[in-house]
Amino acid sequence: MNIFKKTIFSVLASLLIVGNVYAADKIRIGTEGAYPPWNSKDASGKLIGFEVELAWSLCRYMGKQCEIVEQDWDGMIPALLMRKFDAIMAGMSITAERQKTITFSQGYADEVAQLAVMKGSSLEGMDTPSGINLSLGGSDVNKALKTLTGALAGKTVCVQTATIHQNFLDSGDVGAVNVRTYKTQDEVNLDLASGRCDAALAAAVAFTDYAEKSGKSVVLVGPTFSGGAFGNGVGVGIRQGGDDTIGKRDAELLKSFNKAIDEARKDGVISKLAIKHFGFDASM
Amino acid sequence: MDFELMINSLPKLLNATVITLKLLSLSLFFGLFIGFLFAVLRMNKNPIINKFAYGYSYVFRGTPLLVQIFIIYYGLGQVEYLRSTVLWVILKEPYWCAIIAFALNTGAYTSEILRSAFQTIKPGMIEAGKSLGISSKIIFYKIQIPIAIRQSLPAYGNEIILMLKGTSLASTVTLMDLTGVAKYIISTTFKPIEVFIVAGGIYLFMTFLVHNTIKYLERKFSY
Amino acid sequence: MELLAFGKTGWGDELFYATLMTLAVSVTAMLIGFFFALIFTPLKLSKNKFLNLIGNFYTTVIRGVPELLVIYLFFFGGSGTIMFVASMFGYFEYIEINAFITGSFAIGIISGAYSTEVFRGAIQSIDKGQFEASKVLGIKKHIQFYKVILPQMLRLAIPNLSNVWQITLKDTSLISVTGLVEIMRQSYIAAGSTRDPLFFYSFAAVLYLLLTYFSMKLINKLELKYSRGY
Repeated sequence: MNIFKKTIFSVLASLLIVGNVYAADKIRIGTEGAYPPWNSKDASGKLIGFEVELAWSLCRYMGKQCEIVEQDWDGMIPALLMRKFDAIMAGMSITAERQKTITFSQGYADEVAQLAVMKGSSLEGMDTPSGINLSLGGSDVNKALKTLTGALAGKTVCVQTATIHQNFLDSGDVGAVNVRTYKTQDEVNLDLASGRCDAALAAAVAFTDYAEKSGKSVVLVGPTFSGGAFGNGVGVGIRQGGDDTIGKRDAELLKSFNKAIDEARKDGVISKLAIKHFGFDASM
Repeated sequence: MDFELMINSLPKLLNATVITLKLLSLSLFFGLFIGFLFAVLRMNKNPIINKFAYGYSYVFRGTPLLVQIFIIYYGLGQVEYLRSTVLWVILKEPYWCAIIAFALNTGAYTSEILRSAFQTIKPGMIEAGKSLGISSKIIFYKIQIPIAIRQSLPAYGNEIILMLKGTSLASTVTLMDLTGVAKYIISTTFKPIEVFIVAGGIYLFMTFLVHNTIKYLERKFSY
Repeated sequence: MELLAFGKTGWGDELFYATLMTLAVSVTAMLIGFFFALIFTPLKLSKNKFLNLIGNFYTTVIRGVPELLVIYLFFFGGSGTIMFVASMFGYFEYIEINAFITGSFAIGIISGAYSTEVFRGAIQSIDKGQFEASKVLGIKKHIQFYKVILPQMLRLAIPNLSNVWQITLKDTSLISVTGLVEIMRQSYIAAGSTRDPLFFYSFAAVLYLLLTYFSMKLINKLELKYSRGY
């Protein structure tokens, strides 16, 4: 008998604390916490990385209170749209594909994508230009894509799901590659090392960071990619503005992020953080 | 609600259902063997064999399927020694890793279902067979097994449904099953609700089919 | 073993708290499930066809769709629905639902469907004579429910509820999308960070086994207590 009374009571009590009215002047920023060195977690469960520090400093420039919210990558944009948070800072590149659904601030850092293989792979020593920009096109780009198409035919290439890297491989620019998608970059790295993947595609820094921390002999191969499916740098993802109260506030938020990024760039804050986390100046 | 997306994603999701069904049938097939083997071991009088069989079913029933599949796929994948053995041919493939995990999991539940089915057989039946001079081997195959199968049908039907739902975890080890493709569509359309409702509908339809088939079999084999 | 150290260097304290979180979510989800069962069991037993349909719809759909999908649908649809309702009352601000409540409710909805089935089965197996006897004695209907039916139902339901508890406990491993740091998510983070998945997932398995083992002991005690007098 008692059990039931207690049950009903505790459920009712929990229902009462369900709704937590959210303070309108607080900005909630979503990040993944599993994409080092952009964003990750340390052994005490604290969020760390380039974007976590940058987020706090942008908030200081905006003079706003912030809260960083952890969100799995595959639910990042849906969660933004559901207003679980107001902005995304998660190594998310600005692409035309995503801009159909959300909007972005100006870019704050360059993400250079590259293929990685394990030492001794047959893909090592691929002869391509060192970097290609898909938006520019030209003979260099065509030649590189042709080389890649030949080299990757029948190979398994691993990427994190819902990324520019997946979009690129799915686009058919490098032929019919066997694409395998993972929930996190950590898992991509594990399967690259185990040999389940012939190659992996992600931000070059994600691989160098992994190689350094794990001691595995991961080698970057082929050209660095930019433009086209790879977008134009990494920016803050924000909901598209509108005419209602929330829409206006989102439009306002976009403006203040852009302003804060301008100021942080001028003060050298972004460069300093990039050098600290990437080892080189990836700011833009 | 984006109904157009729901209709457009239906063919892709139905295509992926084939993989879900393959995973399910192979897992159930191997799981039945494992389950039968361990049910027999559980009834063994040797305490060591008995405890071993109990331990297996306890561990696989007491831990989440997600943990099991992660240990087999990501965990074993990192053991360098394994990668140099013949086992790696199988463990390299996410498809087989998923089937191994599913089969071991459903095998544990199946062994419990079969064991309790065997135990509900009245000793009188076996004695009746013996008094008629039927050998105990034939009693086992012709009397105990058919009765046990009939006895375990309802519980096994539930297990099939649980396993069908369990195959959705194959998507966590890169497989493009029904849930995997649903997640893929969401990764480009950012509309989880619409796509998951369609995928959920397909799962529900399959559950419905399994449920009714079992009900039909129960009626057919009732005595 | 240093991977399990407490403090800043190891994952011991994080995993300890994650285990408590798993336990807390499971218990809350189980209670929420009871709450759902209290609503839906009468519907399922009702002679009214419409109410019956609602009850059956709930248990059939929830038990027929993978838990992962139910959780995703609840996670993405739940707050949207609440905000939609709020907007009808002229409230347009974001309503934050904390991860604990979201996770517990997502699992609770699933747990509730199984509990409903257990309660329905238990009530149906109570001897019809009991209802008639209390009628003859002139016992009021709601008193009859609380004093006659409920205690018997509980006794009949406990063994099956222990199955529901195990299902609920294990389902909490799937709520990673809500961001709640329970055993599975913490192991996931630790495995990613240390690149040692074998160790952390195996350790997670051990933690779940411990939870199962001790909770089953407790349930067996309860079962003994309630079966007294029979």
